[in-house]
Amino acid sequence: MKRLWQWLTLGLVLSLALARPSLAQEEIRIGAIYPLTGAAASTGLELKNALELAADLINTGTKGLNLPLATTGGLPNLKGARIKLIFGDHQGNPQTGATEAERLISQEKVVALIGSYFSNVTNTASQVAERSGIPFLNPESSSATLTQRGFKWFFRTTPHDDLFVANFFEFLKDVEKKKNVSVKRIALFNENTLFGTETTKIEEKLAAELKYPIVEKVIYPAKSTQLTSEVQRIKAANPDLIMQSSYLGDAILSVKTYKELGLSPDALLANDAGFNDSEFLKTLGKDGEYILSREVWALDLASKNPLIKQVNDLYLERYKTNFNGNSARSFTGLFTLAEAINRAGATKPEAIQKALSETNIPGDKLIMPWKGIKFDATGQNTLGTGIIVQVQDGKYVTVWPFDMASKDIVWPMPKWDQRK
Amino acid sequence: MSPSLEILLQTLLSGVLIGLIYALVAVGLTMIFGVMDIVNFAHGEFLMLGMYASFWAYALWALDPMFTLPLTALMLFGLGAAIYHLVIRRIIRAPMLSQIFTTFGLMILFRGLAQFLWKPDFRSIDHSIVQGKVALAGLQFGMPQLVAAAGAIVVTGVVWWFLQRTRLGAALEATAADKEAAALMGIDVQKMFALAWGIGAACAGVAGALLSTFFPIFPEVGANFILIAFVTVALGGFGSVAGAFWAGIIVGIVEVLGGFLLGPQYKLALVLALFLLIVLLRPQGLLGRA
Repeated sequence: MKRLWQWLTLGLVLSLALARPSLAQEEIRIGAIYPLTGAAASTGLELKNALELAADLINTGTKGLNLPLATTGGLPNLKGARIKLIFGDHQGNPQTGATEAERLISQEKVVALIGSYFSNVTNTASQVAERSGIPFLNPESSSATLTQRGFKWFFRTTPHDDLFVANFFEFLKDVEKKKNVSVKRIALFNENTLFGTETTKIEEKLAAELKYPIVEKVIYPAKSTQLTSEVQRIKAANPDLIMQSSYLGDAILSVKTYKELGLSPDALLANDAGFNDSEFLKTLGKDGEYILSREVWALDLASKNPLIKQVNDLYLERYKTNFNGNSARSFTGLFTLAEAINRAGATKPEAIQKALSETNIPGDKLIMPWKGIKFDATGQNTLGTGIIVQVQDGKYVTVWPFDMASKDIVWPMPKWDQRK
Repeated sequence: MSPSLEILLQTLLSGVLIGLIYALVAVGLTMIFGVMDIVNFAHGEFLMLGMYASFWAYALWALDPMFTLPLTALMLFGLGAAIYHLVIRRIIRAPMLSQIFTTFGLMILFRGLAQFLWKPDFRSIDHSIVQGKVALAGLQFGMPQLVAAAGAIVVTGVVWWFLQRTRLGAALEATAADKEAAALMGIDVQKMFALAWGIGAACAGVAGALLSTFFPIFPEVGANFILIAFVTVALGGFGSVAGAFWAGIIVGIVEVLGGFLLGPQYKLALVLALFLLIVLLRPQGLLGRA
């Protein structure tokens, strides 16, 4: 008898917990999966802020801003429906990312997913979305393989690594011509998760095609306690140029180790990620000077596009920090998704998917230096391009393409013992 | 191109320097294990708290980590002893699984707290009194790394001296050897346990303070060190302070020099291969009791 009571109570509690108030009609639930705790939590928080700003601009209207959905509030084709973001925390872990995608789809009943910064997490989380037939918009993962899987529900606004790395070599050709220098010895220094290993493959392929000799290739375990062996190995190879892909902690540690061991190549060309995190320069201060990094975004692009300054001012006012390449892309991602949902005029996954595939946003309605957003059959935006920035006087300034540059490039960078 | 002797020597010594830090972290861990057979998964978090203590003293009152080091050690000692009294005391006779979950829970708690209180940002101490480089016979070393290594030797030495040469240390060793017998001899076992936790936490805290002059400071930083600390403890022999010291140096050399020679992608694999070898050939570790 007692047992029966226990079961009844359990049943009652469960049914209460699972019963949900019926969804308000004017709410469009979008799941956002990001690293909100764990090693990349500081980046995750920035991306969350960017998404929340985007959602608020959409919900309250973006008057005076030349963004898509320049309306008085909400999505006009859905009777002013508002975007509601529901966050999932993947902690940098692909399994957790997949579990969070399951939860958001099955329990939170989201109509689309956005995320997830880490390429390896985007990989697993978007598999869940693909299986469930829910659109997955990826604003900032750059592993090229993500759009080579033949997925029908996956859309990516950012250019991917193949294109960025191709940019590296275009950039080198341009610099060699302009500065009358030549790059003869390249060292690759990449971390060992999907991001770093994919980059290594493309770098090796392109370097071979374009006849740039690679004199050392170092793949290191992410989250190392020391990078001495790595840096010593690179130093022994005496490169002109280091191409590096690292997340934040390793990026900081590596630059400190360069300084400690006195490694000064002509240039350090970083592959975004940790090197472009807002914390990177705050932590390294002057030691971060002259580092080159590929970017999709820089604040000084505002001289060519006033929209960038307007949106950045709003972000700065709210969160006391400027946009960076990651947060600007997340912001753009949500606008792209919302614009498609509005055009679909419905929240059915099939309708959103169709609208996304028909997306055509012109470049002047973006805060990105892109020609626009238009997806190909694989879900890849074909109009994205990268830029190269350099740290000068504590700021990231655009130095390439030369016609978008706000400052002249410093090449070679001064040796450690010649710096002030 | 074969690496020159100079680079090899430099790499070897860099390995020794970081190895001494590993040793200090492992000394604290092995101490707690040796005295009461509990694996402290929150050990990396003591290190993290040591780093943050140094950082805040520096950021708020411009006190250099080197000056606040004794204070950091004292604070962590207090924290370790308090954790023993508040938490660990209750699970001493509990099944091993409960003990594992308890210290694992502490790890999550401290990480979460650090993230909540101090944000997940990466911090660093950029103008410590120990900075710059030292050139020694053509080799160059970062001053912070040298000072940290020297500090690690001193603190490990003090712990060793305390255990070998003082009455209290002898009592601690006796408790480690046989709790019941020690209690019968009039040793306050509870006090000894608290002491072990205090010293263990203080060692990790000091390691954190020494690292804080050159390693980025963030809530998850303990995770980078804890795996290596476990390998070091196993290599040195569970419960052996001298063993942990030598094992730390060996692990540092294997990681840095091995990584340099065979390729950095294998550096952690090398350390773990060493661990496997020890487990297979000498399960009690270098200086452990069989």
